[in-house]
Amino acid sequence: MSTIIFRTIAPLIVAIMLMFSVYVCLRGHNEPGGGFIGGLIAASALAIWGMAAGVETARKALWVDPLALAGAGVFAAALSGLASVFTGSPFMTSIWLYLDLGETSVPLSTPMIFDIGVYFVVLGTITSIALALQSGEES
Amino acid sequence: MELNAGIALVAIAPFIAALLAPLVQRFSAPLAGWLLALVPAAIFVFLLQFIGPVADGQIVATAIDWVPAYGLKLSFLIDGLSLTFALTISGVGALIVLYAPAYLKGHPHLGRFMGFMLAFMGAMLGLVLADSMLALFAFWELTSVTSFLLIGFDHSRQAARRAAIQALVITNVGGMALLVGAILVRQLSGSWEISALGSLAGEPLYGLVLACFLIAAFTKSAQVPFHFWLPNAMEAPTPVSAFLHSATMVQAGVYLLARLSPSLGGTAAWSGILLVFGGATLLWGALGALRQTDLKQMLAQTTIASLGLLVMLIGLGSETATAAVIVYFVAHAFYKAALFMVVGAIDHETGTRDITALGGLADRMPLTFIGAALAALSMFGLPFTLGFFAKEEMYAGLSDGPWQDIFALAVLVAGNALLGAVGLLVAIKPFLGAEVTTPKSAHEAPIAMLAGPLVLGAAGIVAAVMTDWLAHSVLEPGASAIMGAPVPSHLTLMINPASIALWLSVLTWGLAVLAYQQAATIRTLLRRVGSLLWTADQVFDAVMFGLIRFAGAVTRALHHGRLELYLVTVFAMLALALVLPLLALGGIDALLPLSDLGDWSARLAWPDLQLYEWAVALLAVVGLVAVLVADNRLVAIVSLGIQGTAVALIFLLFGAPDLAFTQFMVEVLSVVILALVMTRLRLDERDHRPFEDLLRDGTLALVCGAGVSLALMVVLSGTLDTKLSDFFTATSVPVAHGANIVNVILVDYRGFDTLGEISVVMGAGIAILALLRRKKAAPAKPSRAQKATS
Repeated sequence: MSTIIFRTIAPLIVAIMLMFSVYVCLRGHNEPGGGFIGGLIAASALAIWGMAAGVETARKALWVDPLALAGAGVFAAALSGLASVFTGSPFMTSIWLYLDLGETSVPLSTPMIFDIGVYFVVLGTITSIALALQSGEES
Repeated sequence: MELNAGIALVAIAPFIAALLAPLVQRFSAPLAGWLLALVPAAIFVFLLQFIGPVADGQIVATAIDWVPAYGLKLSFLIDGLSLTFALTISGVGALIVLYAPAYLKGHPHLGRFMGFMLAFMGAMLGLVLADSMLALFAFWELTSVTSFLLIGFDHSRQAARRAAIQALVITNVGGMALLVGAILVRQLSGSWEISALGSLAGEPLYGLVLACFLIAAFTKSAQVPFHFWLPNAMEAPTPVSAFLHSATMVQAGVYLLARLSPSLGGTAAWSGILLVFGGATLLWGALGALRQTDLKQMLAQTTIASLGLLVMLIGLGSETATAAVIVYFVAHAFYKAALFMVVGAIDHETGTRDITALGGLADRMPLTFIGAALAALSMFGLPFTLGFFAKEEMYAGLSDGPWQDIFALAVLVAGNALLGAVGLLVAIKPFLGAEVTTPKSAHEAPIAMLAGPLVLGAAGIVAAVMTDWLAHSVLEPGASAIMGAPVPSHLTLMINPASIALWLSVLTWGLAVLAYQQAATIRTLLRRVGSLLWTADQVFDAVMFGLIRFAGAVTRALHHGRLELYLVTVFAMLALALVLPLLALGGIDALLPLSDLGDWSARLAWPDLQLYEWAVALLAVVGLVAVLVADNRLVAIVSLGIQGTAVALIFLLFGAPDLAFTQFMVEVLSVVILALVMTRLRLDERDHRPFEDLLRDGTLALVCGAGVSLALMVVLSGTLDTKLSDFFTATSVPVAHGANIVNVILVDYRGFDTLGEISVVMGAGIAILALLRRKKAAPAKPSRAQKATS
């Protein structure tokens, strides 16, 4: 797996894929994309990183256990639903906030937080499976 | 009105006390019993004030809204019957709560024990005060659960655990029957309130309702053939037996029958069944008691007998029999609780409760002896005791009835005589006669353990001497509630030599003394007969064992561990689910009318596609064929990826970019993960399968594929309901601020579904990781687990 070409090019691919995954995740509300597909892209990127640099390096680069990312994702998604409690509306009613930055305005919303939660669940789950499988392969 | 709300508090206060009990025990250990006994004592005093109004024919009721949307109320009611029970429960309960810490002194889990006791008391009080059938059921089940905890309190012993489980299983069978009965009654009468019930005797479902309530009452009150759990429950510490198996838990069934007797009673089935089962239980229990030498077991068996007697009396249903139910219940609660506490004291002070190993304790334990003697007088039924009144009432009016009454009378006399003999045995044998050396040097029990027997023993006589008060304040209201009509009392302290009941009592005493003198002979005889019988206890074990074996067989059949067969099962079910509805609902016929094969060519028109669309379709087919012909697994996996990518392209070309996007990523990842799994499992590179397997898998694949295709075609051949799509298209931007409808549905419209789905994704991830780690620990035989789950 770890030919010199692959190892050289891998950081570049991984960086681009991760950037792209965030982009896809955030544009999802209006264009094709979303948290699920973004998470899949990011997970592929990390799987590639694991192949190229070894599982231990990939784990260290992640800082936290990927499964913890997944847990945080579910937590964030559930929490975004709870936010509506403060406006007195039912669970998961969306709240939108338009942030004016001079020329443009940035829409922030609870569905966005929810989608980011989905992103982390998919990313965390798939990555932890892929890394676990790879570490078994090495041993 | 404030007073009425207090009724609900009666049922709730013990639960609060139960929560506090461990703390009280920890911080005021020597006084804990006295402090905790204040709760039932306060309840007792609070309930006393209802005696006046209830005796005047008033009914006190209250209700708390429970689920207002369904019209459910937590309703409570005090009439003569529930007041008698509630006073007995709280009064006896106070003495037991006082007794228990002294009996279990130094036990590490005493605080927990007191909590269980108080919680049980709350459940029991709630049960007798409840007017709503559902509240009754809830409290009924609570008594089962708390008694399970109490019987199994000494959980390090296997016998205690078994007894606890047995009691729980048997009483819960009854609990389920009670729930069914309650729901049926609700359907028949339209109300959950027992007080709103009329007579159900003529209803079409009467038989079923009756059966449900009888099963509930018979299991709870240990009637033959469900009687065996009660003697086993003697594994519990003695205070538990003194409370649960005298005045409370086991009386719940009797209470239920008494409570429902105006609605269900008065039919031939009712009185016939109650008389037969009650009579059998009475004799079985009374003879069983004489078989035993363990004092506690003797008392347990007499409790079974007394419960049978009460059931019989309810079955008789006459005015005097009903009056006897109330008097006998109170008398029995007093003397049985007192005797259990006496036995506990003997056990505690001497170290044994075998009647043949005890004697001459009267000098060493004089106060205990007085308590025992007072209780036994009532059990024996001498004049000026409650037991005497109970006996007089039940004999009265039976001697000049039809043959059934005479027969019942004979059973009652025999049963009472045997019970009286046991009373003499328990109260006299250990205390009089020559002194016997016991495992522990005997001395008087502490005051907290003496209060119960003395107070209850004396109460059995004081209550009897206060005849008028007893008749007017307890007997008449109680019996009237059971009869559903006013019952006049004719209790009198005077002994009337002209009444036949008195002479029947004399006969009972004579027989009792005879049985007492011949106790040893009777015991040997009964044991010889008893050893030949196959007991219900063994049947229970056989049934439980059979259940476990059956469960094991089912589990092994379904959970065989061969993943290949799991997949086959899943896909076979999928095939059935797809094909059966198509055949049954005529879907295929509408699509391809088999009766009219003429114009098939017209129906299957050549699709009008662009060249690149043909190319993509061809790519999918090539990928598929490659999967089938590849004899290397890796090639097959990659080919499957090609096929999937072609499908993704089709999605892209036909206007579903989101779907295509996701499909691409899924295909890439599944190829990567499948390849990783392959390397992990150390499988052969080639996939060798015998021809039968190929045939089976191929057929399944074809049926599933054809099924999905046909189902899709059938669905698309009809007109689609676009209501939802229209709604999403119209509201996506203005309401949900998003132009990508797919994403808006996922994160907003159906966000709750997605939340569930991502939780499942994470759960599946955890499961897969667990599987992988397990493999790491034991890299033994290859399995297809990972393949199946990825």
